[in-house]
Amino acid sequence: MNWDWQVFCKNTLDGEIMPRCFGSGGEITYLDWLLSAWGWTLSVSLLALLVALLFGSLMGILRTTPHRGLVFLGTAWTELFRNIPLLVQIFLWYHVLPALVPPLRGVPSFLLVVMGLGLFTSARISEQVRAGIQSLPRGQRMAGLALGFTLPQTYRYVLLPVAFRIIIPPLTSESMNIIKNSSVAFAVSISELTMFALQAQEETARGIEIYLAVTALYFISAFALNRLLHAIEVRVQIPGVIGGSR
Amino acid sequence: MIEIRNVSKWYGQFQVLTDCSTKIEKGEVVVVCGPSGSGKSTLIKCVNGLESFQQGEVIVNGISVGDAKTNLPKLRAHVGMVFQHFELFPHLTITENLEIGQVKVLGRSRDEARERGLKLLDRVGLRSQADKYPGQLSGGQQQRVAIARALAMDPICMLFDEPTSALDPEMINEVLDVMVELATEGMTMMVVTHEMGFARKVAHRVIFMDQGRIIEDAAKEDFFGTPRSERAQLFLSKILGH
Repeated sequence: MNWDWQVFCKNTLDGEIMPRCFGSGGEITYLDWLLSAWGWTLSVSLLALLVALLFGSLMGILRTTPHRGLVFLGTAWTELFRNIPLLVQIFLWYHVLPALVPPLRGVPSFLLVVMGLGLFTSARISEQVRAGIQSLPRGQRMAGLALGFTLPQTYRYVLLPVAFRIIIPPLTSESMNIIKNSSVAFAVSISELTMFALQAQEETARGIEIYLAVTALYFISAFALNRLLHAIEVRVQIPGVIGGSR
Repeated sequence: MIEIRNVSKWYGQFQVLTDCSTKIEKGEVVVVCGPSGSGKSTLIKCVNGLESFQQGEVIVNGISVGDAKTNLPKLRAHVGMVFQHFELFPHLTITENLEIGQVKVLGRSRDEARERGLKLLDRVGLRSQADKYPGQLSGGQQQRVAIARALAMDPICMLFDEPTSALDPEMINEVLDVMVELATEGMTMMVVTHEMGFARKVAHRVIFMDQGRIIEDAAKEDFFGTPRSERAQLFLSKILGH
């Protein structure tokens, strides 16, 4: 087959090949568009990851407290967001919620997708945080309390520092998942990588090159995040703990 | 100092403590022994409120532990506790383990806390390990650090929950030595242990528990002379038999 990688240098308006492959003066090439789409993918992913870590950690922590009401809240949250398909949740945020809650109508769809993807993933992170905390010896909590720490202090100084170290590997997978799952944002017209691929291949009829480029960018993004978190994992290893001495 | 009055506790239908009462005066060393599952660990954890109880009262230094209005963290800050599995905080160095409670709970400055911590490390013979992590120390060393961590809070009394049960035999003595020293200095201590040598040496009284009840609560001489209960005699004959 014939490769035609020059397709990325084409002007998106008239299909002319631009000399430096980048557009100028308001005209853009497919390369420009690809990079901007990558930017949207990364923005959706990283913001959703932030939301997911925040709510996931909080809910996971609540589920390990001695207070029944808080445990119920955390469990209900987790079950709610992990028992509905992601794509359906995105549509709920985009179509249903603004209809039920009028103030949401003015919110950009970008933010709705960030919340949808973020809260979906928070359910999974909540599970991991809970598992991490519960994997610690029961005596650690008691030792913290016996020293005079309040329950929040016990979490802050004793339980969480170790629990989060333990769950870095599953959190890494989850962070990579968020980048891959961000592709659902195309369903609500966010101009991210998948949306770009669908539209650009239609306009240029060079689907193979377009999809390969998009594939590469997804891979690079997820893999870069993987390496970053791995570096953190190595850095925070506890000396003298199994797998921790280097 | 510590008063336990008619304490009963249930896990669901199962009664783990039945009507336990005893009193530990200031400066007294009391050893609690008994077969596993007899409720000794549960009882000692009731003293600083790590375990709740449904009936009775525990009074520590005039404060009722079971009272919902009691500020438990404040009470616990001055009741030292040493656990079977040491429970040092693995992500902190030895020095940080000694500092954190003093700084975050007692509000001491970092320098002050460090100085006090190092002084206690000296005392348990581990000054050279100050910058290591708990996982790099032997069990006996970790337990001595754990004792130092409790002492750093200037406790009014110390609770020991089977402090040598998880140790290799050769490390038991280094921990017991620290505890004996503490006892002879007049620290109020409640010690759950099977180390009868320790009890003989420094205990004032021995409490024997079985099936959630305090069967015997006697002065050391009486307990090792002729325990009144058959169950305690049997227990002693088994653990002193070798």
